[in-house]
Amino acid sequence: MSSALYQQLLDLAVGGVLASAMLVLWRRTLRAVVRVLAAQGVCVAAVAVLIGAYSDDVEVVVVAALILVVKGVVVPRVLRRAIAASGESREIQPLVNVAASLLTAAAITLVVYATTRDVVALAPSPTSQALPIGIAVVLIGFFVLTTRRKAVSQTVGFVLVDNGITLVALLATAGIPFVVELGASLDLLLAVVILQVLAARMQLKFGATDLDQLRELRD
Amino acid sequence: MTVTAVLLGATQVLVVVALAPLLVGVMRRVRARLEGRVGPSVWQPWRDTRKLFRKERIRPMHTSWVFTVAPAVILSTTVVVVAACPLIATQATLGPVGDLFVVVYLLLLGTVALALAGLDPGTAFGGMGASREMTIAALAEPAVLLAVFALSVPAKSSNLGTIVAATIAAPERAVSPASLLALVAFLIVTLAEAGRLPVDNPTTHLELTMIHEAMVLEYAGPDLALVELGAAMRLTVLLGLIASLFIPFGIATSVTGGALVLGFSAFLVKVIALGVGLAVFEVFTAKLRLFRVPELLSVAFILAFLAVVVSFFLS
Repeated sequence: MSSALYQQLLDLAVGGVLASAMLVLWRRTLRAVVRVLAAQGVCVAAVAVLIGAYSDDVEVVVVAALILVVKGVVVPRVLRRAIAASGESREIQPLVNVAASLLTAAAITLVVYATTRDVVALAPSPTSQALPIGIAVVLIGFFVLTTRRKAVSQTVGFVLVDNGITLVALLATAGIPFVVELGASLDLLLAVVILQVLAARMQLKFGATDLDQLRELRD
Repeated sequence: MTVTAVLLGATQVLVVVALAPLLVGVMRRVRARLEGRVGPSVWQPWRDTRKLFRKERIRPMHTSWVFTVAPAVILSTTVVVVAACPLIATQATLGPVGDLFVVVYLLLLGTVALALAGLDPGTAFGGMGASREMTIAALAEPAVLLAVFALSVPAKSSNLGTIVAATIAAPERAVSPASLLALVAFLIVTLAEAGRLPVDNPTTHLELTMIHEAMVLEYAGPDLALVELGAAMRLTVLLGLIASLFIPFGIATSVTGGALVLGFSAFLVKVIALGVGLAVFEVFTAKLRLFRVPELLSVAFILAFLAVVVSFFLS
């Protein structure tokens, strides 16, 4: 693969990760959000495949396959089942409205670019230039975690944070060891399953998963 | 500014004036067919225009000169834009006028003129339409400027002819992430500026939803024909701009007979294909609630913003 083509494809995949993070903020129906999240998982896997193919590292390609299975297939399926079980199909009223949260995400991206300029300048390469996007996705994930009310949307925020961390790890180290990614992926899967069980229990007990209603203790 | 540029500009104006009502007719026909109707002939918008031009001019009482000059302003700004955009040949840019920023603001000038004309007769609908149009225009403006900015960064110039020539010289740039994101942003803004679904329904006269139709409600006769022709030309030139900026292949880069014929037919094919695509899209879309339109436009803004980020920081 020529280095110009590599850079072009890497930019396309990383741009896809950032664009899907923004789309998560835009869509209201939870099913559509999960679909965008699956697409983001595929984009992260594509980044890993590109890095592996460019540096001729089979281990990174195996890691890519793992990412594709966990983030592109399994996690979205678990989330879809959680949505079906809860019967809530929409995030009706986020704490920050959609237009404002999109603008906040844009501001986050700008701030990240401004603050990581020195880090990128240490070793400019196609992968390190894309590094700020990984950090921006982590912060957008935190933003989703703090402003969305439904349990499923919060899980989505959690997965966004993890996707961002994976992207940063891939771009900063030019590929993660397989064992590390295996551990991280299983952790993520476990956390999502636990969150799904918790959400289902909340649904059973309170009839809704709106976390704002769970501030006070009750007998 | 050379003689060739002026001649090319004049040719483009003639082509767009002839094509614009036809494009509207084709789009209506496609929509009707997909909805299971026969639909009017594709020449119907031209026949309507001819009929309206034969009628006498009627102006509502108590309207000022703003109402009188607005159709002329809309038409003339659009004509300048058409003459300055590289639609058929890259040389057809009237020097510094063929600049993306100038083109965007000339189009905005027409929008503002029409909004003022909507306010002038003092009717409820006109004012409502004008206020809605201004809301949408104010939100679409930052998005379109950022998209323009993203396109002018790789070409290092905001001159339309230079941008198109640079994309033809490096065709892989047409599928770069910056260009794709800017394309989607541009498409959304085009829907808003041209008053198409899901932002505004061009066929409705239901008072609660109309935007463009509400503003032109008081126009009749030749004035109405001018406004409608101007709106059709704006749609054509916006689609033509998308075709030239994002899929510039086929456009004439030299002023020879063969290249110009190729450029002309490529322009016709691309614009009609985009128009048919838009009509098909409209069949499957419902109009957005007015309060959801700002969300759609902020998505366009964000996509344009991402295009700038990607074109600036990644390369």
